[in-house]
Amino acid sequence: MGYTLNFNLIWRHFDKLWGGLLLSLELAVISIAIGIVIGLVLAVWYVSAGRVVRGIIASYVEFIRNVPLILLVYLVFYGLPTVIDLAYSAQTSFVATLAVYSGAYLVEVFRSGLEAVPRGQIDAGKAIGLTPWQRLVHVRLPTMMRITLPALSNTFISLFKDTSVASVISVPELTYGAQWINFNTFRIVEVYLVVTAMYLVTGYALLFALRLVERWYRTAR
Amino acid sequence: MATTSDNSPALLDIAEVSKSFGSVEVLRSVSLKVAKGEVVAIIGPSGSGKTTLLRCVNFLESYDSGSIRIDGKEVGFRDGGARQRRSERDLAAMRAETGMVFQGFNLFPHLTAAGNIMLGLTKVRGKSSGEARSIADHWLGRVGLAHKADSLPAELSGGQQQRVGIARAVAMEPKILLLDEITSALDPELVGEVLAVVKSLAEDGMTMVMVTHEMAFARDASSRIVFMADGGVSAVGPPKEVLAAETTNERLRTFLARFRASQF
Repeated sequence: MGYTLNFNLIWRHFDKLWGGLLLSLELAVISIAIGIVIGLVLAVWYVSAGRVVRGIIASYVEFIRNVPLILLVYLVFYGLPTVIDLAYSAQTSFVATLAVYSGAYLVEVFRSGLEAVPRGQIDAGKAIGLTPWQRLVHVRLPTMMRITLPALSNTFISLFKDTSVASVISVPELTYGAQWINFNTFRIVEVYLVVTAMYLVTGYALLFALRLVERWYRTAR
Repeated sequence: MATTSDNSPALLDIAEVSKSFGSVEVLRSVSLKVAKGEVVAIIGPSGSGKTTLLRCVNFLESYDSGSIRIDGKEVGFRDGGARQRRSERDLAAMRAETGMVFQGFNLFPHLTAAGNIMLGLTKVRGKSSGEARSIADHWLGRVGLAHKADSLPAELSGGQQQRVGIARAVAMEPKILLLDEITSALDPELVGEVLAVVKSLAEDGMTMVMVTHEMAFARDASSRIVFMADGGVSAVGPPKEVLAAETTNERLRTFLARFRASQF
């Protein structure tokens, strides 16, 4: 006895998936924007700090990298409000979690980027009389960006996929939309086929767009 | 050993500078005075401390004892007895008074040729970007690259990059220009165009200290040659004297002999 594919029910509820996809993108964009700020500040701090600060930043990175994202999401959404008196929506909670999560990965990306800036360029910046801050802003960061942009793109793509974890706290993003349709129509194969295709196509489109940005940045003048 | 050729006050005064990397003594009580308008070439075998000495002059490297003064002002340490390192802000201001051209060009890859020159002019000299651009254009013209003003370093040949490097340094109107083996990374056919620029700067009266392996150029373009060996100044004098084949300085004779042998 065969299973007959029937996509009609999926198309009827497609607005759930489309809206979910847009929300997934929104979550990823806001999270990485905050994550970039966290990552940049901590990476710059790290490379110029003493042992204690380095230790603290390294602990944060190690902690985040060794704890599953889904656990962090539970901790922040269910755990934190019971300890501190703070009310926030599931969506806010998830964005905060994903920002802190991506921040930890980006600290590493930016730190290795900063350390990869050739010594000679820093010397050249010193030689024309730039102060340390000017060297950071006008020499080290621009060069670091060229080095780290591909890694930054990859981080963004995987962050976009990570937004699916938000479904566990009922944030109505793409995976949550898929679950909703599954529960209400029982077309499990069809809905996950469609959603897989949506993640895939969006991921590729993002990658393509980001590669264009990288190329533009390399040749911008 | 007498190091100045005349009585004019030294623009650059290096006095008994010593420096060690761990247990290796790279500079041993080096003294050298350079007068305004002089072109001094530093030659010597690799590992003799030439580049380190040059990098001490604009404090890219610190040194352990002695003093380096430009126009009477100590470069890396505060004036007065205590050896206290200058603040980063002071160091930056001091470094702006010396220009440096590097063996590896070290252009900023994200900036155009003009942008490389303009950065110091706008951020350090406080010029408007319009002013900075016209200064950049002037110097790019001087080094024969007016048509490359808007090219990125990656789009330039080594010789062209190095000429931008020179323009970037001299556009800041430094009191003294430091050249660190600026042709060593170039293909032989590109060396000439870079040396021609240096020569024209010398004719303008730019004070220069250059570490070089180009003996013929050192002979033709410099007013004095310093021969360094084992971290110390081993010989110093007019090119004709230092490069004379019949020198009694054993180390210098060995160095020159090896050099002549490699050239023919």
